[in-house]
Amino acid sequence: MKLAALTLHEASERLRRREISSVELTEAVFERIDATDDRVRAYLTLGRDAALAQARQADLRLRQHEGATPLLGIPFALKDNFLAAGLRTTCASKILGDFMSPYDSTAAARLRAAGAVIIGKTNLDEFAMGSSTENSAFYPTRNPWNPERIPGGSSGGSAAAVAADQCIAALGTDTGGSIRQPAACCGVVGLKPTYGRVSRYGIIAFASSMDQVGPLTKDVRDACLVLQALAGHDPADSTCAPHPVPDYAEALSLGAQGVRVGVPREYFISGMQPAVEQAVRRAIHELADRGAIVEDISLPHTEYAVAVYYVVATAEASSNLARYDGMRFGRRAEAEDLTETYMISRDEGFGAEVKRRIMLGTYALSAGYYDAYYLKAQRVRALIQKDFDEAFKRCDVILTPTAPTTAFKIGEKIQDPLQMYLSDIDTISINLAGLPALSLPCGFDEAGMPIGLQIIGRHFDESAVLRIAHAYEQATEWHFRKPVIATSK
Amino acid sequence: MKISRSDVERVAVLARLRLTESETVDMTAQLDAILTYMEKLNEIDTTNVEPFSLAADRPKVYREDTVTNKPDQDGLLANAPDRDGSFFKVPKIIE
Repeated sequence: MKLAALTLHEASERLRRREISSVELTEAVFERIDATDDRVRAYLTLGRDAALAQARQADLRLRQHEGATPLLGIPFALKDNFLAAGLRTTCASKILGDFMSPYDSTAAARLRAAGAVIIGKTNLDEFAMGSSTENSAFYPTRNPWNPERIPGGSSGGSAAAVAADQCIAALGTDTGGSIRQPAACCGVVGLKPTYGRVSRYGIIAFASSMDQVGPLTKDVRDACLVLQALAGHDPADSTCAPHPVPDYAEALSLGAQGVRVGVPREYFISGMQPAVEQAVRRAIHELADRGAIVEDISLPHTEYAVAVYYVVATAEASSNLARYDGMRFGRRAEAEDLTETYMISRDEGFGAEVKRRIMLGTYALSAGYYDAYYLKAQRVRALIQKDFDEAFKRCDVILTPTAPTTAFKIGEKIQDPLQMYLSDIDTISINLAGLPALSLPCGFDEAGMPIGLQIIGRHFDESAVLRIAHAYEQATEWHFRKPVIATSK
Repeated sequence: MKISRSDVERVAVLARLRLTESETVDMTAQLDAILTYMEKLNEIDTTNVEPFSLAADRPKVYREDTVTNKPDQDGLLANAPDRDGSFFKVPKIIE
């Protein structure tokens, strides 16, 4: 087996047994990138020399048996909205220009402390706004399973890099589905932890009441190992929760027996692709066969989630993106006066979707409209959260599709923002309620595109999510399938 | 119509965005479609519903108000579009 194709836990075992070195593994990953990334276009920035230096350090630690954590020597990709010292951070926007990360995000720092090797930064929808990675100011990323299809978004580069074996694992961010939906589109595992479980210090903010950091990996055990390294309080992020961090790996051996699984009828609606519904229903049967107790439930306010989300997320984005004014960093246009400088810098620096969301959010917050839009949306959001609170009195986890369809074609929805927003219909309620959720592969459609199963848990109960995900994964072989990518070498 | 062209022009100024003629036309139509979709929210009676709040169920964390980050003037100024020594250089604010 090619080294780049290893899972994190497989690679980690081989590193610790000294069968391979981190330098060999890192070089294998760069060879894979060189051979495939002109087709996939998952990366925006690579840091070869720094990565190989980190790999040599990791090998030294491995030789000295120092702090051999599971991440020691493992090549990671970061979505390009994470600051990582020594690498530029673009957020796939022109407005940041050649912004150099002045320091490490806490997530990057924790990876480094665990001995991980940061190999580069992956493509995304500009400022993480989108569901297809087509909103990147640089280029769209292509789905490794079919280059005419989107990889999902906004963490499309990270998902594609994991699926294409261009890294061992990756980090992404998820505000409305941006880890889970691309994971589903690319046939990998994506975990959005509970709001506040992982520090967001040094992550470029989009919608602060929902943004969360999480892993994209080749299997559930890998997601568990990465979460373990990232989770926990960070004094630098006041929204990062002080709750104790459990040993997540303990949950992996527990199986599905006796777990109460809720299946919300509102997630199985007309308009969903039949192959997706069939695959998700089969997955539910599979878990029932393994001893899970399946129950039909209702989340009655589900149909309002997209409307709530696009009020709240755009309002927060319009505020967060006010800092891009061309004064202290980023791109500054030449103009007559200060206001003109702001307006032209922002006009030239932001892409169409980012402008649309700033406009929508500014409108929703503007005098005379605040109550009708923002406050109304926050009231309905409370009802959506209450739906989940009620459901979790009766069940331990909730199972749904991750997206109503498999990956659509590049260009298919780019002219119709509302249709694009509706592709997040299965994931955004979870962000509105701040819950943890994971997507993992549960089949393929007639065109050979991967299908994602979403598992939702109670606040801070990532263990239950990982437990049921691992039980399903152990019973199936979807996660062993790999896309065939024409290589240039 | 949920939103008019003049609304779009007004909001663009608030958001400090200069929109071209074609952007203004497209934006008016697209925002109108999205805002019309958002009308769905009015189907729900929320008279006695408190707005969602993040702070409600989270323990508060206190810390000493001390400087913990290392000063890195050059690192931070390195990204400035224009600088003068240890200062950001910006356009004149008061005419």
